[in-house]
Amino acid sequence: MDIGFATQQIIYGLTVGCLYGLLAIGYTMVYGVLRLINFAHGDLLMVSAYVAFFGIVIFSFPWPLAFAGAALITGFIGILIDRGAYKPIRKSPRISALITAIGVSFLLENLALVIIGGRPKPFPIPMLFEGSLSVGQVKLPILSIWVLAVTTVLLMIVLAIINKTRIGMAMRALSRDMETVSLMGIDVNRVISFTFALGSMLAAFGGVMWCMKYPAIEPFMGVIPGLKAFVAAVLGGIGNVTGAAIGGLILGLAEVLIVAVQPDWSGYRDAIAFCIMIFILLTRPTGIMGQKLPD
Amino acid sequence: MVKENPTRDKLLTYMAVAALLIFLWYAESHFSQYSLRIINNIGIFIVLAVSYNLINGIAGQFSLGTNAFLAVGAYTSAIFTLSPEEKIRSFIIEPMIWPLSEISLSFPLSLLLAGVVTALIALLVALPVFRVRGDYLAIVTLGFGEVVQVVANNVVSVTNGPLGIKGLAPHTNIWWSWGICIFTVYCVVRLINSSYGRAMKAVREDETAAEAMGINAFRIKTLAFTCSAFFQGVAGGLLAHLITTISPSLFTFMLTFNLLIIIVIGGLGSTTGAVLSAILITWGSEALRIVEEPFTFFGYDYSGIPGMRMVLFSIILILVMLFARRGIMGRNEFKWSVLLNRFGRQSKSEARTS
Repeated sequence: MDIGFATQQIIYGLTVGCLYGLLAIGYTMVYGVLRLINFAHGDLLMVSAYVAFFGIVIFSFPWPLAFAGAALITGFIGILIDRGAYKPIRKSPRISALITAIGVSFLLENLALVIIGGRPKPFPIPMLFEGSLSVGQVKLPILSIWVLAVTTVLLMIVLAIINKTRIGMAMRALSRDMETVSLMGIDVNRVISFTFALGSMLAAFGGVMWCMKYPAIEPFMGVIPGLKAFVAAVLGGIGNVTGAAIGGLILGLAEVLIVAVQPDWSGYRDAIAFCIMIFILLTRPTGIMGQKLPD
Repeated sequence: MVKENPTRDKLLTYMAVAALLIFLWYAESHFSQYSLRIINNIGIFIVLAVSYNLINGIAGQFSLGTNAFLAVGAYTSAIFTLSPEEKIRSFIIEPMIWPLSEISLSFPLSLLLAGVVTALIALLVALPVFRVRGDYLAIVTLGFGEVVQVVANNVVSVTNGPLGIKGLAPHTNIWWSWGICIFTVYCVVRLINSSYGRAMKAVREDETAAEAMGINAFRIKTLAFTCSAFFQGVAGGLLAHLITTISPSLFTFMLTFNLLIIIVIGGLGSTTGAVLSAILITWGSEALRIVEEPFTFFGYDYSGIPGMRMVLFSIILILVMLFARRGIMGRNEFKWSVLLNRFGRQSKSEARTS
């Protein structure tokens, strides 16, 4: 394998990895605070893709407005899901919350199927994101540069919010002990809503960039990325935001590079994440950056 | 007040089973093909619901792998019942690999094998997952469902790839599906009432406390998961020989979701609830097909909406979880004494007044 081909594949891997990472951060934040696998998280990617699609195609908004609208509406839907489906059962056994989460995920997918229809729609990619630069033999897609830049900036913002602001401090405290935090006079539900909004907006950014990379949007497009993003979150150490981003990058690179080295295995691409998950659980269940799992 | 009486209860149970068999015998000769198909489906779904309830309701570990286990069971039994000539005829992309292409077993043996293979695979999945918290089980089994589809599509020399396996003999009739259904209910009820079953419930309520009492939670969870997978594999074999054509796209997550609704509505942790709800939902989802077909409603033409049933089902699931978490049965089980008391209450109150 020559160096140009390798660099090319690494660029592709990093691009996919950033998208997994953006989704994984949302998973990891919600899991850190609520100890809940939010199955509906992957579907938020689909929601944001459709909102951006309708913004551009039906209402012919300029793309920055449509993308911002997608982020805001997806964030709002994230809060709505928490308030409607998860908040009423916060005190009940964990399995009820998981079942409700699956229900919400299925509801979003099938609602999209009923309202919009199952036929994949082509996503209109704005001019600014098309084309690619050539550096020697390596083709550098403009979109990859955008994805890497946007992910880095968003990760910085999230880390700043978590580590520097008061609400971030509340989030960190919540992930330790919810009861004590509520005794300290912190509005727990507001902090949880904020967590959902933040995670959902990251998923929205991921979703919009995802459908510029794979420009066919359909109601079930969020399922597989959602599953893989959770694997990325576990790989990085669940509850750890930086870990989630790193996990996403590793997963993206692994998928692209394994198929690049062994083209025969391209049919098994979707199974790689599962194998990584099993391997992590066997060797280091706390992930790369994780601490001991609290109960 | 009628009390529990093992001899009488056993006798009543035998009588109920006999009544069921007479009903099936009557149905076989008098009912339409369509009704028989639904009765077959109900039998298979009871097997699935009761075994799914074992891991989710009794042991309290959230598994989403039923569609995967069904697929494994269906493929295993299909591969072993197909005759060698039929295998040569349908495996047109790549011929089947050697030892499998020659083997042809009887239907009961292939069902047993389907169960065993599925249980072994479940064991392999459970070993890494239950080392850590059970939370990961949901996502690993969900991922496993995708992996099974990927494998079924790609290992062409075993599964015939996306074409699937066609031309299976329609071995499954109501005797097979309901026979295995009764057998499954019997086994699962015996398991639940054994010391293992009580250990599963203890793990469900509080894993740490259960371990402090000397229960090996890892072993108990693995046992529940493997047993549940065994019966789901057998059900997969039944399903394959009922519809006679299987392909990777048949075993979608939709199947698991249907089962989840069944056990939630029946009451998580109640075998009786699982049985009742399996009958109700399997029959009900046939009846609900009308919402997807065009019909006229008070003179208003309503064109059917495909997928509407699943929207309704997911809303029902969320609402039941939020507002009626006990479902039909809660965690109660059917007892003859309760039933007899309900019927006997009238005469008893008369006796008291006189």
